[in-house]
Amino acid sequence: MKKDLNILIVGVGGQGTLLASRIIGQLAVELGLDCKLSEVHGMAQRGGSVVTHAKLAQKVDSPIIALHDADIIVSFEKLEALRYTNFLKEDGVIVVNNQEILPMPVIIGAKEYPQNIIAELEKTTKKVVVVDALKIAEELGNTKTVNVIILGVLAKNLGIEMEIMVKALQKCVKPNFFEINKIALEKGYEI
Amino acid sequence: MKKLMLGNEAIARGAYEAGVRVVSAYPGTPSTEITEAVVKYDGVYAEWAPNEKVAFEVAIGASFAGARSMVCMKHVGVNVAADPMFTAAYTGVNGGLVIVAADDPGMHSSQNEQDTRFYARSAHIPMLEPSNSNEAKEYIKKAYKISEEYDTPVFIRTTTRLAHSQSFVTEEEREEVAIKPYQKDITKYTMMPASAIGRHKAVEAREIRLAKDIESSDINTVELNDKKLGIVCSGVVYQYVKEALPTASIFKLGMVYPLAIERLKKFANEVEEVIVIEELEPFFENQMKANGIKCRGKELFSKQGEISVSIIKEKILGISQNIEKKDLPVRPPVMCAGCPHRGVFYVLSKMKLTVSADIGCYTLGAQAPLSAVDTVVCMGASLGIAHGFEKALGKEGSKKVVAVIGDSTFVHSGMTGLVNAVYNKSNMKLLILDNSTTGMTGHQEHPATGITLSGETTKKLDLVELVKVLGADSVNVIDAYDISGLEKLLKSELEKDGVSVIIAKRPCALLNRNYPSAFSIHDCKKCGMCLKIGCPAIEKQKDGSAKINPSLCVGCGLCKDLCKFGAIEEGKK
Ligand SMILES: Cc1ncc(C[n+]2csc(CCOP(=O)(O)OP(=O)(O)O)c2C)c(N)n1
Repeated sequence: MKKDLNILIVGVGGQGTLLASRIIGQLAVELGLDCKLSEVHGMAQRGGSVVTHAKLAQKVDSPIIALHDADIIVSFEKLEALRYTNFLKEDGVIVVNNQEILPMPVIIGAKEYPQNIIAELEKTTKKVVVVDALKIAEELGNTKTVNVIILGVLAKNLGIEMEIMVKALQKCVKPNFFEINKIALEKGYEI
Repeated sequence: MKKLMLGNEAIARGAYEAGVRVVSAYPGTPSTEITEAVVKYDGVYAEWAPNEKVAFEVAIGASFAGARSMVCMKHVGVNVAADPMFTAAYTGVNGGLVIVAADDPGMHSSQNEQDTRFYARSAHIPMLEPSNSNEAKEYIKKAYKISEEYDTPVFIRTTTRLAHSQSFVTEEEREEVAIKPYQKDITKYTMMPASAIGRHKAVEAREIRLAKDIESSDINTVELNDKKLGIVCSGVVYQYVKEALPTASIFKLGMVYPLAIERLKKFANEVEEVIVIEELEPFFENQMKANGIKCRGKELFSKQGEISVSIIKEKILGISQNIEKKDLPVRPPVMCAGCPHRGVFYVLSKMKLTVSADIGCYTLGAQAPLSAVDTVVCMGASLGIAHGFEKALGKEGSKKVVAVIGDSTFVHSGMTGLVNAVYNKSNMKLLILDNSTTGMTGHQEHPATGITLSGETTKKLDLVELVKVLGADSVNVIDAYDISGLEKLLKSELEKDGVSVIIAKRPCALLNRNYPSAFSIHDCKKCGMCLKIGCPAIEKQKDGSAKINPSLCVGCGLCKDLCKFGAIEEGKK
């Protein structure tokens, strides 16, 4: 694994991106790295576009990732992945959950939901990983595991050892949810 | 132990470690989590006050009584608290008093982007600004020392990126600070002209002493590197500068008011060029220029929005990032599925009323497709503005004007507006949207929920009785989901003389998540009626028909009431 890691987590307010950032924070503790996380609270959480910046390094200054400086963008929703590609490094990775949540302008028919988002993403970088996290979560019998499945994919693509991820996970979820989340993490890791 | 903490959690921790005993606050992004975190510590009493002015006064009282106290608010809250604040600067303190004010450059969650630093200057209150969570904790402790040593309230200024970023904090033990005895002293605690004249002198003397002492304080730090460029900055901007300009010399201001002018002059002499990088107003820059320090600042950087690593690189190093412009559908925040405000705004929009609205989740009623809001200014303003419309246009001319306010906002600063309307013989029609919580800021309790910050039940403020006592001529309560009932009621109230209050009641949809099953649409006639309420769960299909997204629908049934063709069906359990 590289020593510096800039992870941008994006999604739609209410999708539960905050657990993902908690686990990443714990990951920094396990790896003995400095870490800063920057979240959005308040208004944007009401179904708006939300973004979390997570930076891990020997020493982190700015809590916000600069343009073209993210190693990986993890998107819980397709359109949101496209919205934030300007943050990606040239050879960065995009992990995108294959889910569409229509924004209000689309819902009321004023705008169209962009077609071919995956193809558009692939124009930005060669490394686009599409995950059908909801489907996998349904197969696991717990739709709340979507974020952990996506984290599994992230860990794999960043070369983070499974063992460390599991440790971080264990400290962030309630004991009775640990087993199912561990399986979810492994599922994501296998993709 | 080292722990990742939000800036706000670190401030709470700092207050705990500093031996703070009393905290009073009113929620407001990005300051809310401070109070929610501090209440969990033993030995700290914390409460939600109905507004920032009251919260400030509570903190003053606790300070006079001899305890260390803290009051927290967002930037606009400082406007509400300004009256006691300016005079607390005169009285000074007994136990230390710290004011946390959270600015929101870029307006992530605010109605303006005022720069609170000017309050420090005009009220003569020293202000510190930390740049990460650990520093936030340390500065709180320093602030109490300064407060007691210089007999003054002290500001801690934060911004959204400090408040809502997590970084590592080293936890330490709480210092038990004894309550200082209170001694009656009207020359200090009773501000009337005779004593205030004396205190004004004390304020000036104190500021001069502090300004002198700050020159040698280690709260401001100088990093001398490459002498070609010297940056002056504070707060989270310092972190951006470190990343964008790793070789620059930096003067980091920990105390942003008063400024260590002599030390800044010395720094300016040591470097070839000084650039001031600060968010919002040229607060440092103008004071530095007034003191003869040659520097540049706002000719490079905007007064609007946030500064970032990329902006600094562009303005100073000339490295511009190529940003691909994309025409994507925006995703603004929306009223949640099942939100009890939705139906109300549908009715207001349908009736083509002029809506003087207020601040809260219901401000989202301004957006398409509801587009039902005309004006929003500040918390509590809806009533005064509606009354002003009537006094300007006369009763007939303002017949279509209604004021709309949330329950928390009504208690915060709506009550006096109602008293005014009654007193001055208005015909105001007021809707109170009572969702039993302070929704926008993340569900805080308030007097009308009957529960305190620490979760205890308490006497519940009865809004119906309250508005009656304040003099409303007609008072009605209706279920916020009953849109046809509301429309009828509004029509009849608008015909009446005098002040009418309608309380539309229904708890926030996020409070009790025991939802009925999702509804569904069969044999849609494509009339588009159900799309007019802007529910995030109802999606317009390519063929013009509507479809309910079962993963988002919470079964409120509002759409079913609107469908003339009976195409919307309740979900089966
Ligand atoms: C002076 C001031 N303090 C705090 C805030 C932050 N704030 C915005 S709306 C709001 C209250 C919202 O509660 P309520 O009126 O009950 O409406 P809801 O969001 O629940 O619909 C608060 C505290 C503010 N904008 N201005």
